[in-house]
Amino acid sequence: MNAPAPHRGGAAEARRRRRHRADRLLRLLGLGAISLALGLLGVLIATLVIGATPALTQTKLRVTFAISPELIDPADPGIGAYRLILRRGVAALLPEQPTTMAEWREIGGIVTGNTQFAIRDAVMADPSLIGRNLTLTVPVSDAYDQLGKGLTSRDTPPERRKLSDREIARFDALTARGAVSRPFNWELITRSNSRFPETAGLAGAIVGSFYMLLVCFVVSFPAGIAAAVWLEEFAPRNRLTDAVEVNINNLAAVPSIVFGLLGLSVLIGVFGLPRSTPLVGGLVLSLMTLPTIIIVTRAALRAVPRSIREAAHGVGASRHQVVLHHVLPLAMPGILTGTIIGLAHALGETAPLLLIGMNAFITDPPGGILEASTALPTQIFIWAGSAEHGFVSRTCAAILVLLGFLLAMNAVAIYLRQRLERKT
Amino acid sequence: MTGYLFLTIIAFSLAAFLTGRAAARRFAAEGRSGRPAAHSVPAYHGAFVAIWVGIPALILALLWRAAEGPVIDRLLARALPPEMTAGLSPAALDLLLTEIHHVAEGRILAPASPGVIEAAARLAAWSRIGDVAMFVVVLALMLLGAWFACARLTPRFRARTRVEGALSGLMILCSGLALATTLGIIVSLVHEAVAFFRLVPPGEFLFGLVWEPQIATRPGQIAAEGAFGAVPVFLGTLLISAIAMAFAVPVGLLSAVYLHEYASPRFRRVAKPMLEILAGVPTVVYGFFAILVVAPAIRTTGTMMGLATSPNSALAAGLVIGGMIIPFISSLADDALRAVPRDLRDGSLAMGATPAETMTRVLLPAALPGIAGGILLALSRAIGETMIVVMAAGLIATMTLNPLDSVTTVTVQIVTTLVGDTAFDNPKTLAAFALGLVLFLVTLALNTIGVAIVRRYRETYE
Repeated sequence: MNAPAPHRGGAAEARRRRRHRADRLLRLLGLGAISLALGLLGVLIATLVIGATPALTQTKLRVTFAISPELIDPADPGIGAYRLILRRGVAALLPEQPTTMAEWREIGGIVTGNTQFAIRDAVMADPSLIGRNLTLTVPVSDAYDQLGKGLTSRDTPPERRKLSDREIARFDALTARGAVSRPFNWELITRSNSRFPETAGLAGAIVGSFYMLLVCFVVSFPAGIAAAVWLEEFAPRNRLTDAVEVNINNLAAVPSIVFGLLGLSVLIGVFGLPRSTPLVGGLVLSLMTLPTIIIVTRAALRAVPRSIREAAHGVGASRHQVVLHHVLPLAMPGILTGTIIGLAHALGETAPLLLIGMNAFITDPPGGILEASTALPTQIFIWAGSAEHGFVSRTCAAILVLLGFLLAMNAVAIYLRQRLERKT
Repeated sequence: MTGYLFLTIIAFSLAAFLTGRAAARRFAAEGRSGRPAAHSVPAYHGAFVAIWVGIPALILALLWRAAEGPVIDRLLARALPPEMTAGLSPAALDLLLTEIHHVAEGRILAPASPGVIEAAARLAAWSRIGDVAMFVVVLALMLLGAWFACARLTPRFRARTRVEGALSGLMILCSGLALATTLGIIVSLVHEAVAFFRLVPPGEFLFGLVWEPQIATRPGQIAAEGAFGAVPVFLGTLLISAIAMAFAVPVGLLSAVYLHEYASPRFRRVAKPMLEILAGVPTVVYGFFAILVVAPAIRTTGTMMGLATSPNSALAAGLVIGGMIIPFISSLADDALRAVPRDLRDGSLAMGATPAETMTRVLLPAALPGIAGGILLALSRAIGETMIVVMAAGLIATMTLNPLDSVTTVTVQIVTTLVGDTAFDNPKTLAAFALGLVLFLVTLALNTIGVAIVRRYRETYE
């Protein structure tokens, strides 16, 4: 045995100081680690908020188009030289008229590429416009939008920017005439996807995600509760139920992309369900959410006191009546909270949706669960991969919309838990 | 049409419930006049009739819907004039049928031939007949069910037992759904993987060093012979997961240590939910963050230091995955530390040990198995993570361990070989399923071991 170390004197003091230094070091390291993790969250949110700000507004141009009768087929207003109408309308706002074909093309390119169809649709909807003037406020195309928001520096050498000096001068002339405005970008949530960032919106993706969550809820909520009630309250303890239990826990940890493979080969391949539809997406998500709902439901059922069950049995209720009339209602707050959190997870899930084709280019919101559609996270993925500069800010904005939905769902879950638990 | 049918079934079931309940109420009224009382309350009689009306009809409608399409397609193909189908391969026939469907739905992209238009008219007529027939048959079945169930209603009839039996059956069916999902995953992955291994020998897939998943798009194309040696893909997955773990394990563990031993309750109340937010951020958001911020930052730093850095380096993807699993590790480590009996900690502190000594010599060794299990679970997440690597990692499989180089992963290859392609007959698409099978087995093994360690460790203290 060693002699005990002296606990007084210089050596002991030095040892004690060393030990306390080690303690302070661990404390600092720990604080550093958690600051790093929370700092990551801060940087993430800050990046997204700063990145999304330009997408909050959209540069627009107010143009009056002269709908000349000679440019439109009188029999069918759908046929006409709408591109010429468009170019003449924009050119009328400019101090000097274009002379070459290239200049005409540049002028048409100031506004977004869909404008000629917007004019055509307006004329088709109201043929009495022919021969009169039509005033529209149309989004300008991405390069001018970036210029209008000051995101493209005029000091960049001309060969490294998208707009030439001549084009910038034209835009400045339009601004000087007061034709350019920058209103709040409601189109971001009222329009659907588009090739052009200036007209791309999230409506289709939001509706698609909504339908998907609806399918997911309708399938996984009742099925999850039924399965959990069976396993927790009725199932005999044998190897089969043990296998089911192990299997549910494992299923909750299977990588989401594997569920995508399942959806692709079984739901689409074997059952022949239509690709890219909220039905298939929702079914895949419900298979992923099911284990979560079963697990939270079982936990909620277990939390119901034994006395409730015994009292109900005591007054002659059958086993089913005990569960349906007494245990399940008491467990409901916990089940609902877990379900909403599970659905929030499903809302953010992307990988399996890529495999079943929900990253298609679709310009209209789906009319039902059987129409091709995108979803919010896949829309973010598509925009993140698009080359146009305007899509960067729109991706950030789309992410904030998605995070907003997730936060709202979690808030509802917490509110439900607190409100319903107080009653019991 | 299907929607109306389901509404009809629901309406009929409701009507059946009301009828059955009314019938049982009559027994109850009669029961008071001297006859024995009914076994079940009226609502169970109603539910019994409703089950007999609704469930068979629902099953029939679903089966009919599933069978109708293929049957009509086959009839349609047989009814086509022989000169249209002569010499057509099955795939070309499928294409023709799709065109007929499009024409029948009024989605005409190109002028159709008269044969197609005629077939489309036939298709429309047949689907109308099919719809009407389904409606009639389902209606008949519902009436039959109602008659059968109503005939059995007597005061002594044990309606509650029957309804509860049906309910139990439904619950068992739902419990089986989870098992069916697992079976579906295994069967579909194995089935497609076997088809793949018939084209590419398993030895070449598991040990081959070149991964170039391409196929000849036309016969005789030069250099289209794909190579399916998955070792570079596995190596890339391991590299990225290793980077992620190297970042996440120390940070997550130290966060848990700080939260458990040093943080004030107020700090803990704020920090823990914020860590949970970090865990709840969808992975596609992290992927975008990786390409927008992390990858350019690493590239700039690398270039400044004179290192050749790829724009989609393994380091960027690995670090972001690490950031994603920090909260996961920290919460599992926190659970493990919390499971250590308080006596051990208090005893150590009472002996004069500093908090750091208590942590490193008492709590961490005691919690080590739980932490190790948690790390395995986190590793399984890192390996299975898809969106971050799809967006931030590379597509080309390179054999390298250089974190500044671009590598690809199993999940990236699954997504890139499958997106936009549905033909299940070439090695390129089938390779995705073989990779999926490997991914499934590896994550399953990691999870099983991890859960087993965590559970056994918890048992030793409880």
